[in-house]
Order: sequence, then structure tokens, then C-alpha cells
Amino acid sequence: MDYFAQQLINGLVLGSIYGLIAIGYTMVYGIVGMINFAHGDVFMIGGFIALITFLILISLGLTAIPVILLVVLLVAMAITALYGWTIERIAYRPLRHSFRLAPMLSAIGMSFVLTNYSQVAQGARVKPIPPFITGGYTLHESADGFVIQLSNIQIMVVITTIVLLAIFTWLVSRTRLGRDMRACEQDQTMAALLGVDVDRTISMTFVIGAALAAVAGFMYLLYYGLVDFFMGFVAGIKAFTAAVLGGIGSLPGAMLGGLAIGLIETFWSAYFSVEYKDVAAFSILIVVLIFMPTGLLGRPEVEKV
Amino acid sequence: MTPIPHKTTHASRTAGLTYILKKSLLSALVALVLFSLMVGVRTEAGSDGQLTYWTRFGEVAALVAGVFGGSIVIELLRQWIGPAGAEKLVPPAVQSGMSFVGRYLAPALLIFTLLVPVIFYNQRYILDLAILVLTYVMLGWGLNVVVGLAGLLDLGYVAFYAVGAYSYALLATNFGWSFWVCLPLAGILAAFWGVLLGFPVLRLRGDYLAIVTLAFGEIIRLVIINWQSLTGGPNGVPGIPRPSFFGIPLDNSDDGLAAKLGIEYSPTHRIVFLFYLILALALLTNWVTIRLRRLPIGRAWEALREDEVACRALGINTTTTKLTAFATGAMFGGFAGAFFATRQGFISPESFTFQESALVLAIVVLGGMGSQLGVALAALAMIGGFELFRGLETYRMLVFGMAMVLIMIWRPRGLIGHRAPTVYLTKAQAISSDLVKEGHG
Repeated sequence: MDYFAQQLINGLVLGSIYGLIAIGYTMVYGIVGMINFAHGDVFMIGGFIALITFLILISLGLTAIPVILLVVLLVAMAITALYGWTIERIAYRPLRHSFRLAPMLSAIGMSFVLTNYSQVAQGARVKPIPPFITGGYTLHESADGFVIQLSNIQIMVVITTIVLLAIFTWLVSRTRLGRDMRACEQDQTMAALLGVDVDRTISMTFVIGAALAAVAGFMYLLYYGLVDFFMGFVAGIKAFTAAVLGGIGSLPGAMLGGLAIGLIETFWSAYFSVEYKDVAAFSILIVVLIFMPTGLLGRPEVEKV
Repeated sequence: MTPIPHKTTHASRTAGLTYILKKSLLSALVALVLFSLMVGVRTEAGSDGQLTYWTRFGEVAALVAGVFGGSIVIELLRQWIGPAGAEKLVPPAVQSGMSFVGRYLAPALLIFTLLVPVIFYNQRYILDLAILVLTYVMLGWGLNVVVGLAGLLDLGYVAFYAVGAYSYALLATNFGWSFWVCLPLAGILAAFWGVLLGFPVLRLRGDYLAIVTLAFGEIIRLVIINWQSLTGGPNGVPGIPRPSFFGIPLDNSDDGLAAKLGIEYSPTHRIVFLFYLILALALLTNWVTIRLRRLPIGRAWEALREDEVACRALGINTTTTKLTAFATGAMFGGFAGAFFATRQGFISPESFTFQESALVLAIVVLGGMGSQLGVALAALAMIGGFELFRGLETYRMLVFGMAMVLIMIWRPRGLIGHRAPTVYLTKAQAISSDLVKEGHG
């Protein structure tokens, strides 16, 4: 039971990170209807920028951990958001009204560019950092000595995710930008006729998605203590799986899918085998889609003739 | 979704030089922020595991200057060329030109390909490259059945390539079966896996289909990596037998082909044989595809791509149509895989990553989704171009990715953007691919 509880905590933390990346996929899909294959690499770039900012701040002699964390988070979000904006501008906007596969291939190309750009710019070796946030709480200690640990970093990841989700939900449902985004999602032509700047709204969607991916990269760096140029691919595929599992286009679905994938992975590694954890996650995706072809929370596609 | 008219660029055209400078300065500023940390600060883990960093402001300055200059050039070019208008029907002059080129280009290319081993007999490098290109031509033609004809987006095509390669490798190394027995078996096994993938995705559409095929490809790769007792895991399968000339080995022994023909043995014989083998396999794929397009099943595939609802209303069984498309495409992937295994003599999971799937898909889309000649040209351009940049080492994939983005922006509909219809009233007329649907499945 204690072991189960510990795995539940680990799974929820991993799922939060996946969920944050998945939101970027789902938002872009909802509004432009394309798979942004480069999103996983945007997450990786976010991790790298966080790492570099950390190094600079520490070498400048800063010691106040909360200040460092805040500055790093803001810098990573800002620069990664600019990456998201630039990618949309260069690779996707010219293909906005082209046929469906063109932007997808352009996205795959962009993903290659970003992966190899960071390899060339920062080298192929794994970059580790010393743990910043240490300590935690012992929740329960069983008779045979097994301890349920809840580390501070895990608390931070979950709280950050919840706060961001709250801000994000408020943004989409209450602000002018959110209204524009939902309008563009439903009908871009009509939205444009009613005075919504479609280009700007789509750009902002990419910016927000990239900023969330940067937060995920930042938390990944803190939680696992390392980044490398190839981490975007696996995380990207997992997050994309999460977005589809939850029903692509649905924001709560993305978070739910992220948590589901995180939990499946963690429990499969804990109780069965570590090697097949990804196979398990992908197989469950396929099985779920057989019975629910539009994911857990996706709207059924109505076909008009 | 109805397209939104593009914003008019007249205002920008009259603004002239100041506008260009302003825009380029903005690009340079964006580039400065983007590159500031990622390029300007290089991190590296030291021997004690501590990270150190050093700055490279020179590189950042060069890159920013490059972006500034580049965007001035692009803006000038854009004003000079002006916005291109979309043409729906291929104009007659272009069409006659295209049909002229189309009529003679394909046979000319074929004859040239047949002569490659004769012309480049002593250049092993070119022969190897030609074999590689032909392998991708075959993969492209195979995937074209699924993506180009049936309109089913498959992001995990490399799975069937892997199934074919491992089928031959394991059958040959464990049971000593010959290549010619294993080749059909590899195709059948791959087709079987194609049907297996086809079943769960029958009801899925669009991006759900994309992620499931992608997941399928990853599952196959992960199982190959982890099932070490069967596949050797990451170490791969070494010592795969070389193919024989229908039972006669191509080696230096007394009963080898060279000895039987009474000519001097040369290792190039095997390369030339492999070249003609993959050429024959690729042409088989092409021929089968062309024939199938004229059969009811091929017409059903194309109808499925155009409109699935109408298909069902006309009584076409979409289940069998989708499954046969997956199975046919997978079978050719399996053939190509078996060939790959026998050519390399060694296979490992590293050859079957998502990048391969993306590359083959890029070849199909760049080729024009359904145009056989286009796919062949695209494979030549992609693989050949990729080889050209071999000297660039790590920059190679970077350049490759950029090329993919640029090509898509330049020609989203592929190199050969028109289709030859298989049914027509009086006269065969090429159709612009703008009018061809890409399918939802």
C-alpha cells in the first residue's frame, strides 16, 4: 500500500510535466488543426535556456534560491515564447491555408532543425546540474521500514502546474484573448469578419504554448537534474500521446491525458518492467482509441456532407 | 474550412526601403534574443561533473548579421517576384510541356538507371549511393499506396521496414533459409502486421490515425530493443547471409558465379547484383501500383481518399479497402526491409527510428502524393542532397531540416503537382493537385 502511494505521487508529478507540454499541442491543434511536431523540441529549448540562466546567475554570485528560481523561470518563459513565435512565423504561417500534410512536414523539419541546432550550439553531452531544491517530508513510515517521501521539488512541480492551469483557464474563459482564441477555433473566417486579428491570435497561441513548454522544461531540469538535446523527442511524443488520449483540442483532456500517461508509465515500471513502460503507454493509447475514437474528453467529429 | 484571403501587401510595396530596413532590423533583434543564450553561452560538463560555461559573442554577432542580411535579401526578392496567384487547372502550354517531359523523362531516367552499374562500374561509392536511393524510391512507392492513393496518414511506416528486415535476418541466421525463400515471407509477415495495425485504426481519422501509426512504429522499435533473447536488442543481428544469384553464391569460391561463368572474380559483382535486385523490386512496386490504380481496389482507394462518406454510400466496403491499402503498403515495406538486411549484413534498431518514417513520408509528400515519377525524383533529391552534405557532419541534419521546411513553403504540393487520371471521358487531362483531396483517414 505504501509502495502504491509512493508510485502514485511519482506518477502525478511526471503526469503534470507531460500535461503542461500536452496543453501546447492541444491548443495549437484546436486553433490551427495541425500537429506541432516541433513542440517537444520547444520544451527541450526551454530546459536548455533554464540551465544556462541558472549557470549565469550562480556565477554572478546570487545565493537566494527563490530569486534565482523566479528569474530563471521568467527568462526561460520569455525566450522560449519568442522561439514559439518565430517557429510559427517561419514554418507554419506561409502554409496556413495549404493542405493538411504540408504544415505537418514543415513541423517535422522544424523539429529536426531545433534538435540539431541545440546539438550544434550546446554539444551532444548530457548536461547535469546539482540539485537546487532539496529536502521533503516523510508522510508515512510503515512497520517494515518503507517510507513514503514527498520531496519539496515534487510539491513545487504540482503547485506550479495547478497555478498555471488556473491562470490558463482564466485566460481562455475570461479574457479578450481567450475569447478571440475560441472564436478562431470555431470559424476563422467569421472571426476575422467580426474584427478578430486571426494572425495575432494564432501567434499568441504559439507564444502561450511555448511558454508553458518552457515551464515544463524548467521543472524537468529541476526534477531530473539534467537536460540533453534529444529529450524533446521522447517527451514530445509522450505529450502528444497524452493530448490525443485526452481528446485533442480539449484543454482539460490534455491535462487528464498527461496524468494518465504519467501514471501508466510509473505504475508499469513499478509493478511490471521498466523496459516496456513506453510500450504500455502506447498500447493503452491504442486500446482507448479503439473504443473511444476521439479520446477521453474529445467531441465526436460530426461529418457534414 | 474556407481559406481567408491573404492580407494585401500593396502598402508594404509602396513603403519601399524604410519598410525593408525596419523589418530586417526587427528580424535581427528577434535573432539576437533567440541566439543570445543558446549560442552565446556554451555549457559543458567538466571532468568532475561540474558544469562550466564560456561565452561566444562573436558567433552570435555573425548569426545576427546573417539574419539581418538574409531578411533584406528575402524582402527584396519578395517584392521583386510579387505574390503568386493560385492556378487551379494546369494551363495548356504547361500541360503540353509537362506531358512532353513526363513522356520522355521517365523512360530516360529508367534507361539511365539501368546503365548506372555500367557507367560507374569502378566507382563503388556511387553504386552504393544508387542502391541507397533506390531503396528509398521503393519505400516511397510503397508508402505512396497508403498515403498518396488511399489518403491514410501513416507515420510509422518504418515499422514494416523493420518487420521485413528482422524477418529475413532472423530466419536466415537461425534456420539458414535462403534470401529467395525469405523475401516473400518477409513481405507476407509485414503485410500481416499491416492488417494488424489496420484493424484498430479503422474508425480513426486524421491526427488520431497519425498518432496511432506513430505509436505503432515506436512499439515495434521498443519491442525489438527489449526482446533481447530473440532480436539481440540494441546490439542487433550480425552476420546476415548475403544474397545468392538464385542459389549460386556470389563469392570467390569454386562454385561461385564468377567461377561458373569463367570470369575473374571481383567484389563489385555483388554490388552490381544488389543494384539490379533493388531496381527490380522497386520496379515491381511501381508496376503493381500502376496496375492496381486501374483495378477496382485501386479506384476504391482513391475514392476513399476523396470522400469516405460518398464511398460508403456507393457501397464500397471501407474496411477491406483500408486494410488492403495498409497490407499492400506494408508488404512493399517488408520487401525493402529484407533487401536492406541482406545488403547491410547487419541490422540494429537504430536503423528503424521515427526519423526514417519522417524521411519516407517527406519523400512521398515532396514527390507530389501519388505521382510515381515525383516520388522517384524526390527520393533522388533528398537522399542525394543528404549525401552531398556528408562532410558537414553535425550540421547535416540541421541543413536537412531547414531544407524540408523551405521545400514545403516553396512547393507545398510537391515537385510534380498534378495527377494523371485513370478514367476519363474523351481525353486524358492532367489535374492540378490542388483539386486532389489528401484524405481524412
